[in-house]
Amino acid sequence: MIHKYKLNGYNIVLDTNSGAVHMFDDIAYDIVDNLKEPTSAELDKSIFEKLSLKYGETEIKDTYREIYKLYVDGQLFSSDPYERMASSLKDAPIKSMCLNIAHDCNLRCEYCFAAKGDFGKGRELMPFDIAKQAIDFLIEKSGKRHNLEVDFFGGEPLMNFDVVKQTVDYARSIEKKYNKNFRFTITTNGLLLTDDKIEYINREMSSVVLSLDGRRNINDRLRITPNGKGSYDTIVPKYQKLVKTRGDKDYYVRGTFTKYNLDFTNDVLHLNSLGFDQISVEPVVSDMRLDYSIKESDINAVYSEYEKLAKEIIDRIDTNKSFNFFHFMIDLDQGPCAIKRLRGCGCGNEYIAITPNGDIYPCHQFVGMDDWKMGNLVDGTFDYKMKDYFSKANVYSKPECKKCWAKFYCSGGCNANNFQYENSIFTPHKISCDLEKKRVECAIMIKAYEAMSKS
Amino acid sequence: MKHVKTLNKANLKESAIVGGCGECQASCQSACKTSCTVANQKCERQNSVKVSH
Repeated sequence: MIHKYKLNGYNIVLDTNSGAVHMFDDIAYDIVDNLKEPTSAELDKSIFEKLSLKYGETEIKDTYREIYKLYVDGQLFSSDPYERMASSLKDAPIKSMCLNIAHDCNLRCEYCFAAKGDFGKGRELMPFDIAKQAIDFLIEKSGKRHNLEVDFFGGEPLMNFDVVKQTVDYARSIEKKYNKNFRFTITTNGLLLTDDKIEYINREMSSVVLSLDGRRNINDRLRITPNGKGSYDTIVPKYQKLVKTRGDKDYYVRGTFTKYNLDFTNDVLHLNSLGFDQISVEPVVSDMRLDYSIKESDINAVYSEYEKLAKEIIDRIDTNKSFNFFHFMIDLDQGPCAIKRLRGCGCGNEYIAITPNGDIYPCHQFVGMDDWKMGNLVDGTFDYKMKDYFSKANVYSKPECKKCWAKFYCSGGCNANNFQYENSIFTPHKISCDLEKKRVECAIMIKAYEAMSKS
Repeated sequence: MKHVKTLNKANLKESAIVGGCGECQASCQSACKTSCTVANQKCERQNSVKVSH
């Protein structure tokens, strides 16, 4: 399987199964454009005659020789050894946990998937006793996994910050005993950040996600307080202070774009102008009936905007205005292994979410859906059949993914979104797929630029 | 090669043989969890190598 596309003056050809990324010149691209698979050392006569109208005989033959060598070397139209591996994937130890430390929020963002903070189940803060049991549960179910992740989430986790600190202290107090290494992360809307909290987060959290949608008018249209006021002016100075004192630890300023700001490049650049260089702005995933939803009819506009953003990023490379855009970051050589790429989403299998009352769900997106409750920490129940069900979701058990060129970059999408909008975790959410493929194309185009500028 | 430039090592198949240790960051691809995804993740072993050097 290959995928070929032209973008920003580059002819790019990807070989899905080997992971090879090639840049072709025009004649090579025209040849492969006419080729099903170069199984013969000689170019098919009809293709040769067609290309002879445009290129010389020697040039065609020389170029085809290079293409055929790629094929022989397993870097073009290469075979697929992965399906058998996918079918033998088993359920894995749980290594990652989303702790919904607060089912409450001090914002009422219009697009919130969590029913504006309480997940439709009433406002509630997690007591330390539940958080402690969650840490014990994670250690117990993690088997031999050494690195364990805990993400403090909500709602707004800063509304229950004392329990965050108690939980970190508890996990740190027992991690050596069980030969574990905890990595904590937190996702916040920033309203309750203080100097003390900033200092704590920068010391204890391996990554922090700071929610902000971009320009003031864009952010304040949807990210509003219960009184209907915008949040921008309160949070921006706090984020700037946090980032300034964060050192080289990971962080992301993360925004959502909607139909209201399909020109989201302006929001990304605005975030950069505020001093942030680790930026993620993602499409809203929502019911199509809502005004702000991104619909099929918006896709081409979003594609154009991603291209515009990619070109802007190229223009800023090696300047003091360079920044990382999370979804254009890609490592073509040292990314995850193929086994990892078979089953991207770990939900319900190696990743779970815990609610304030100890309920266990496959992930934060499933929280509140009674049919998907996996158990409860207090009564000691846990549904291993459901865990097994999620462990079987991979790019070969999802028919659309199996035939997709991008399957080893995306790894099957978000299982919760698949269920919410396509009624099955095994059916990828179409708009998300379309946008993900475009982002991968842009990310690889940026790599092509970097390669060309070095040579 | 004159007409083709390959940008990477194309080592995905090799990674299937030596990979699968499971120590890397868990992946989540829902939009609200920018903290984790797949294509931009690092291999934990590669991280270890970098740290130890």
